[in-house]
Amino acid sequence: MTDKVLVTKDLETVFSMRDGDAKAVNGVSLSVGRGEVLGLVGESGSGKSVTGFSIIGLVDAPGRIAKGSIKFQGTELVGMSENDLRALRGNRIAMIFQDPMMTLNPVLRIDTQMLEAILAHRKMPRAQALARCRDVLNLVGIAAPEERLKTYPHELSGGMRQRVAIAIAFLNEPDLIIADEPTTALDVTIQAQIIHEAQKLCRLTGTAMIWITHDLAVVAGIADRIAVMYAGRIVEQGTVDEVIDTPAHPYTVGLLGSVPSANKRGVPLRQIPGMTPNILSLPVGCPFRERCSRADEMCQVEPSRHVVREDRDWFCHHPHIAPDTSEATQ
Amino acid sequence: MTSPLMELRDIKKHFTKKADFAGKIAQRFGAATGDETVFAVDGVNLTIAKGEVLGLVGESGCGKSTLGRIVAGIHQATSGDVSYGGLDLSDLTKSEQARVTLEIQMIFQDPFSSLNPRMRVEQIVGEAPLVHGLCTAQEQSDYVDQVLTQVGLDPMLKRRYPHQFSGGQRQRIGIARALAVKPKFLVCDESIAALDVSIQAQVINLFMELRDRLDLTYLFISHDLSVVQHISDRIAIMYLGRIVEVAPTEELFAAPNHPYTQALLSEVPRIDQRNREFGAIKGEIPSPLDPPSGCHFHPRCPFAQPICSEQSPPTREISKDWKSVCHFSQNMGIVA
Repeated sequence: MTDKVLVTKDLETVFSMRDGDAKAVNGVSLSVGRGEVLGLVGESGSGKSVTGFSIIGLVDAPGRIAKGSIKFQGTELVGMSENDLRALRGNRIAMIFQDPMMTLNPVLRIDTQMLEAILAHRKMPRAQALARCRDVLNLVGIAAPEERLKTYPHELSGGMRQRVAIAIAFLNEPDLIIADEPTTALDVTIQAQIIHEAQKLCRLTGTAMIWITHDLAVVAGIADRIAVMYAGRIVEQGTVDEVIDTPAHPYTVGLLGSVPSANKRGVPLRQIPGMTPNILSLPVGCPFRERCSRADEMCQVEPSRHVVREDRDWFCHHPHIAPDTSEATQ
Repeated sequence: MTSPLMELRDIKKHFTKKADFAGKIAQRFGAATGDETVFAVDGVNLTIAKGEVLGLVGESGCGKSTLGRIVAGIHQATSGDVSYGGLDLSDLTKSEQARVTLEIQMIFQDPFSSLNPRMRVEQIVGEAPLVHGLCTAQEQSDYVDQVLTQVGLDPMLKRRYPHQFSGGQRQRIGIARALAVKPKFLVCDESIAALDVSIQAQVINLFMELRDRLDLTYLFISHDLSVVQHISDRIAIMYLGRIVEVAPTEELFAAPNHPYTQALLSEVPRIDQRNREFGAIKGEIPSPLDPPSGCHFHPRCPFAQPICSEQSPPTREISKDWKSVCHFSQNMGIVA
């Protein structure tokens, strides 16, 4: 896991609105290595989806990437021409969206849509491309791919559609897949199947994946590393074990306490008071301080990055891990 | 356990779609197309004791919401009896009916579409108690304040419209509306599914606090097993219109009996399980238009035998309060 597929540095995505500039993504630095799954966790409005869109270059006006860099296999994506981006998208970087009914074209058959994804990026005989489609559909666990290729999206169930969407993402064997809440709309049993397939494919092909979700339990099952987002910032990063067993940021601690399975039955959940703040009117200093039980005057100054390792850090003045017990470097 | 507050006996709910024009012509020419019937709820027996929280779990399309609506009196069952506090719901006098409908309230999934966007919060919450004589027009304002405080909303906000609130607050308005008529029984249909994790925890805590304070009974419908595990005393697992297993929560999670329950429990992502291989139960829920013969679960069941496709399995009591509907329920405990 030495070679990083994607490295973002101080990424800032801003939406200019009448009431001012909303920094949906505010200084996000993250990285993913080959075959690695990074779980990007946060509540709605935390900027996790916009981070994904920024990486793949799909942020539309009034949004724009204001600052920072996105390096994909050494190539800078910020400021890249639309044509070059198009050559990358769907080929080297693919995305899986939450709702497959929105991403599949309802008036085109599955084979048309899959062939288009291949032939847009490489020249090959139609029959060979079709064979590839069949292989990939098999890979994501669709029975009788020959028949499924001839169907329209509405003839498939929700789970099937999401499989097709995943198959399309894997068609060109991309180096990076951004999955934006791909299982949120699905039933538990189907969700488990999809996670199973995605996990298998990443291990198999060495594709790096960013799995965006609000569900910590799902992330615990699939990810190698976790980045927790709050109000446009990554507040804590680390391996799955580190973030879940020894969380440092009070927000991560709060999130973990809010998940029922982690608590004893019938005991009140340790809830986080208040609600997610509007990014237009964030408190000065630490964005979490108004909901935080550990906040004091110090928190009116924005916390700096506390680095344990290159991929283990947090932004908090009063972390749950005492600074002296960890090998602090900064 | 005291005597049951709510008792369902062999409840069935079928939705029939009449053959359309083309279908009628086809029928005239001897085609075998008929009316399409969805067996949404197909023979459900359940009891809910006073003060109990019963969790109802199932995948989408299994009929759990339809069952909830029958319990809340929004749908009429096609056949079967619902009795509440010893009274048969289909055979009530006018005054009894008015009392019972007030005592059973429902909280819906989507706090965005279940509140009238053109009414202020005070109207949404205050309308029903005024109509039903729980408060007078003079008392209405104070009454609304009191109910809003109960669910943790600031009464100062009651002049606002629903769109001015966040999702969690809106769900609280939905809860306040239900509580305003002093119910004894709440049907919560995926009431927290649309909320963020931290807000979800707040609402779960509110539900449990209200239960203690107001002595409420809940039918808690959800697809989220970890939430149901947290809040329920007993859990009923539903699959394709039928209840396949009912058991006290701890026992169910310790040793699920029915193969479907076992599969469902093993699929639940849990924080304490890292990087696990997901086993993946095969296939998807079949269409309720054309349910499989015999045991509905047999096409997906890893233990299926020939008998499973031929006969509906009997309901067997594993222990007190624990029922499982499987041909092999006696052996299953050993397997698990």
